[in-house]
Amino acid sequence: MKKILKAILEGAITNNPSFVLLLGMCPLLAVSTSVPNGLGMGIAATVVLTCSNIVISLLRKIIPNEIRIAAYIVVIASFVTMVNMLLEAFLPDLHSNLGIFIPLIVVNCIILARAEAYASKNGVWDSALDGIGIGLGFTGALFIVSTIREILGNGTFCGYHILGENFPAATLMVLPVGGFLTLGFVIAFINYIRNKKGV
Amino acid sequence: MTITQILSLAISAILIENFVLVKFLGICPFLGVSKKSDTAVGMGVAVTFVMTVASAVTYLVDHFMLRPLGLEYLQTISFILVIAALVQIVEMVMQKTLPALHKSLGIYLPLITTNCAVLGAALLNAQNDYTFIASVVYGLAAGLGFMLAIVLFANVRERLEFADYPKAFEGFPIALVTAALISLAFMGFNGMKIF
Repeated sequence: MKKILKAILEGAITNNPSFVLLLGMCPLLAVSTSVPNGLGMGIAATVVLTCSNIVISLLRKIIPNEIRIAAYIVVIASFVTMVNMLLEAFLPDLHSNLGIFIPLIVVNCIILARAEAYASKNGVWDSALDGIGIGLGFTGALFIVSTIREILGNGTFCGYHILGENFPAATLMVLPVGGFLTLGFVIAFINYIRNKKGV
Repeated sequence: MTITQILSLAISAILIENFVLVKFLGICPFLGVSKKSDTAVGMGVAVTFVMTVASAVTYLVDHFMLRPLGLEYLQTISFILVIAALVQIVEMVMQKTLPALHKSLGIYLPLITTNCAVLGAALLNAQNDYTFIASVVYGLAAGLGFMLAIVLFANVRERLEFADYPKAFEGFPIALVTAALISLAFMGFNGMKIF
């Protein structure tokens, strides 16, 4: 149990894909305008990442080295297609909010990077844990960025007015500008803490 | 589609709905290959070329293979395979004809496959039901928009090297703040309505 927790925490915090490895910026910036969208995206990506890690790890001795990237992309694209159809059927609102960014999970560099760097070299169980950990790290990053943007840009959290109806919302924060700005400041803040700790 | 409609589609894809700065597509190469302005130009040209050809080929695949057979749900998989093959061809041609540029683009050339702007353009073409000509123009214009953004950004970043900013902002954060300012400037095009 301790080992499982350690593997997941490593993926989610020490190797956080968005803030430490700096991968998968497009969805992080694009869908973080509100908390439900951000969490939906994070969970969808986590499911795809975990499933593709498991399958790629199972097939790691069968896939020839020369065409491995193409093979990984086909595996990932199959899971993305499944997630896309499931979301369309069961959560149509979220599906239309995330729009083109669901099929674009295929080209999310986090997933391909984990397939190449981890799942192709490690066992099924470890790869599944890595997928869950990294996926949670991505979801956490989306949660942080989307919380900041939704509160400052709309005065709401998950649609509820937590700062009162008259909160002077800075619409700029939910526009593209706010995405770049928020992520820049969050990463700068994390760098500041790491510099202070002397890591 | 009339010429005016096509022209307005192109201008809107380059300026008003810029792929990088407004739609958040293709952020990875935008941040990764923008340290020097000449590599940024090379990357912009390569992406524009791949996007234009990919828009044309994916239109043909979509309209002559997937739709007649009722296999629209395979769009994502088939488009990404088409794009991966195209990038491979571009890489081989470039290696033979422009070895210097090939070397300076390095790892980022094969990574055009995972550039979400390319797949994004193909998917948007299919979603919006553009005609063949409109699809090609949209791909070309979106690529030019990407090139415009990355070249502007690389030039700003070159100057930033000598600027004095807090240590915590070093590297990625200052680049993101710069991108925010460029994106703010592009918002000025928002009110522009053509024809």
